[in-house]
Amino acid sequence: MREELRPKLVGARVKRVEDPRLLTGQGSFADDYRPAGMVHVALLRSAYPHARLLRIDTAAARSMAGVVAVFTGDELAEAARPMVATSKMKDYRATAMPMLARGKVRYVGEPVAAVVAASRYIAEDAARRINVDYAPLPAASDPLRAAEASAPLLHEEVRSNIVLSREFARGDAAAAMAAAPLRVGARFRFRRKAVLALENRCYLGDYHRGRRELTLYSATQVPGIVRDALSELMAMPEHLIRVVAADVGGGFGGKASVYPEELLVAVLARRLGRPVKYASDRLEDLLSTSQAFDEIVDAELGVANDGTIAALTAEVVGDVGAYSIYPWTAALEPVQVVSFLPGPYRMPNYRGRVRGVATPKAPLGPYRGVGRPVAAFVMERLIDMAARRLGIDPLAMRRQNFVAAEEFPYRTGSGIIWDRAGFAECLTAVRVALDYDALRRWQKEARAAGRWIGIGFASYAELTGIGSKIPAAPGMPVNTGTETATLRIDPSGSVTAIFGVASHGQGLETTLAQVVADELGVRLEDVRIVQGDTAGRAYTTGTYASRSAVLAGGAGKLAAAALREKVLRAAAHLLEAHVDDLVAEGSRVAIRGTDRSLSFREIARSVYLQFGRMPPELQEELEATKLYDPQFGTTSSATHAAVVEIDPETFDVRVLRYVVAEDCGRVINPMIVDGQVHGGVAQGIGAALLEELVYDGEGQLLSGSLMDYLVPSAAEIPPMEVIHIEAESPTTLGGFRGMGEGGTIGAPAAIANAVTDALAPLGIEVTELPVTPERLYRLVEAARRKE
Amino acid sequence: MSGKRRIAVTVNGTRYEREVEPRLLLGDFLRSELDLTGTHFGCEHGICGACTVILNGDSVRACLVFAVQADGGEVLTVEGLGSVEALHPLQQAFHEHHGLQCGYCTPGMLMTALDLIRKHGRLTEAAVRAGISGNLCRCTGYQNIVTAICAAAAAMQSGEPAGDA
Repeated sequence: MREELRPKLVGARVKRVEDPRLLTGQGSFADDYRPAGMVHVALLRSAYPHARLLRIDTAAARSMAGVVAVFTGDELAEAARPMVATSKMKDYRATAMPMLARGKVRYVGEPVAAVVAASRYIAEDAARRINVDYAPLPAASDPLRAAEASAPLLHEEVRSNIVLSREFARGDAAAAMAAAPLRVGARFRFRRKAVLALENRCYLGDYHRGRRELTLYSATQVPGIVRDALSELMAMPEHLIRVVAADVGGGFGGKASVYPEELLVAVLARRLGRPVKYASDRLEDLLSTSQAFDEIVDAELGVANDGTIAALTAEVVGDVGAYSIYPWTAALEPVQVVSFLPGPYRMPNYRGRVRGVATPKAPLGPYRGVGRPVAAFVMERLIDMAARRLGIDPLAMRRQNFVAAEEFPYRTGSGIIWDRAGFAECLTAVRVALDYDALRRWQKEARAAGRWIGIGFASYAELTGIGSKIPAAPGMPVNTGTETATLRIDPSGSVTAIFGVASHGQGLETTLAQVVADELGVRLEDVRIVQGDTAGRAYTTGTYASRSAVLAGGAGKLAAAALREKVLRAAAHLLEAHVDDLVAEGSRVAIRGTDRSLSFREIARSVYLQFGRMPPELQEELEATKLYDPQFGTTSSATHAAVVEIDPETFDVRVLRYVVAEDCGRVINPMIVDGQVHGGVAQGIGAALLEELVYDGEGQLLSGSLMDYLVPSAAEIPPMEVIHIEAESPTTLGGFRGMGEGGTIGAPAAIANAVTDALAPLGIEVTELPVTPERLYRLVEAARRKE
Repeated sequence: MSGKRRIAVTVNGTRYEREVEPRLLLGDFLRSELDLTGTHFGCEHGICGACTVILNGDSVRACLVFAVQADGGEVLTVEGLGSVEALHPLQQAFHEHHGLQCGYCTPGMLMTALDLIRKHGRLTEAAVRAGISGNLCRCTGYQNIVTAICAAAAAMQSGEPAGDA
């Protein structure tokens, strides 16, 4: 069979290799490790949003039976440097995040003291017996108040709570806006939300005093970044540090940063010379894991009478919380709002300005979509507002303004390049799947019968699989643009493929095996993917920013091709054939057109065990390491459609139907892509309707449990229809585009537009998310009073 | 707090006797005392359902039950359901239909589903959605979990394996 006609694993619905262990309770999550001699950490966390630490009395805690040690920030001051997320971005003011607070506390939930004890129960008992004298300081919890010159300062050394600002501009937005026949705009707000992976953060440090080796088992997405950080902050060479993230219970960005608790268990393990575990509970997670969104966006869109977009302007204030998240910085989320705001649209004139304001809350950090869910919410609302005013269909208005096929590659208003992607194809596919005209007729009838039914759309584009030419966060001095694969065949003929990525639900052990097996010519079951472990990796970061399929997939392809060459050279010698006549397939190498073949096992045994009989030029290990760098990255895009119904009595929003057409390039495993889209959309629906971290004016968290912080259940999430437009990426190996985040980018905007559409007869515009029953009630009441 | 109690609990068919503090949660008992780490905590206040196990024939949250309350009782955890070599039909259905991603909520989801199927037999999609509404999943958007449970319910009723997707 000719090579191109072989059945391929890439593109097939291959069941996941990681499933059996996870289905039978045999996973290895960080909290599942319990080495001999392990002790537990409980943290005393600040009860105040902003206060001076006058005195910490740990005597009573220390004297309790079962307590091993108690530490304050001052006592561990020499044990590690504070974390400082640096950036080359102009107008960014770096601030330091301590491991344990020193001098003062800056948010409710900030770690103040650590108890180490024989059990978590005892450690928590002891933490309650630590007495802290706080001198409360004034605090501005509201970001607009905190941005004022008179506001109390959180970090005195940077002399302002405005810790970053940036502007993007193209054309003359002011003039074009002034000249535009139609201008629509509003103040939009997307409230603060939690990342909320189901597994709380958990870290286990294990230090071997004899070998001076540190192993950190971490619920992290970025073992490589954590290793680099520990090396720098603890002044240890990297070859003595190993970070393991075997099974991780969801990440969504919340586990993509380095945390004080992670550093703390490493420091304590080194100091105490025994395994030290910290396992967060849910309250601690809601208080201290990096948080998401929380931007106020004043935006305006200028449009010609025929619906052509003329200009976009935006002023963004982002509430970045008390500390700049390591290593991404406080700039990551709010700056991405303005850089992605122009969306997939032709945008001749644009000005977007952003300021990041420090407030006494947990740090803002990466969350699935990063900036783009907020950008899409604002832009897609503006499009609908304009379309309604002009009497143009919302789908037609989008289509008319999309960057067209002949315009790719297209530089957006903020400088991002869209490569050839299926913007219009996605929109058309959604239109067809909905049977759009019939759906609108049904809506009209339902409306006439008194039902509040709405149809909403969202189109977006995102940059995925980012290479080394673009930092993943603005000005961040960490290379996130490369990935390396090492492939090796052992004497048994089985293949080990080692990557630096760190799967936390994406099924990378399956999809990367599909890529490697196809390229190498072996059976899927002969490939074992090693990931989520820094051992054996010179440089690696992890899994975030929709990068793993593109970067690790590309590195895997390159390494597999190089290794296949080695195998074929050895086989040519053994079979006394010419390399060009050989084909590797199904873990065998055959001479084309004959029945003569050798298995990978036979070839490997010959190479390793009869090494002396191989000619000198073939005396090489069956191993290859390749680095892949996609340079700039690629474009992923989608159109989402939501059909909702609002209960006029309870203001509950039911999502009746949800359709996604997405272009992630060549699909490696459609089952896994569907699952990623389903999960992303569910999180987006949660963000649109339910999920909100509520802080009071002082900075106290009011939604610190899952009874107050609402996560969608199976009863709130509708069945979803997912359509794949496989427009292969022209810029990446294999044609893959990243797709882990898109669901969450499109869904809030689509829901906001659908709710607005449902209430169109009342003239209501949804400008704030989540649009909870209470907010809807107030909107409807206000509209009725006006009538 | 002080004063340990002697308890005897049968877990996955094996009888265990241990001295425990009265405040020890059943979930911590399973994880720390018996090394059965398949039962995961997600919230420790009874909302997320990740720690669901079967106690004396009913699904319970192992974060809301003390180990001493299980004294003399029978507990089934995910480790007692099937093995890597021989998956239970419910586990097989989750595998076939991609009903799990990170796998953290999965043990609790499986035990809740088992309880539903044992008590109600064949299940409609709406019944499954209502039935698992006390189990949170952040990865899957529930769709494939619902499909898997419906398929497993049908298969377990008819005695057939939980069919190909």
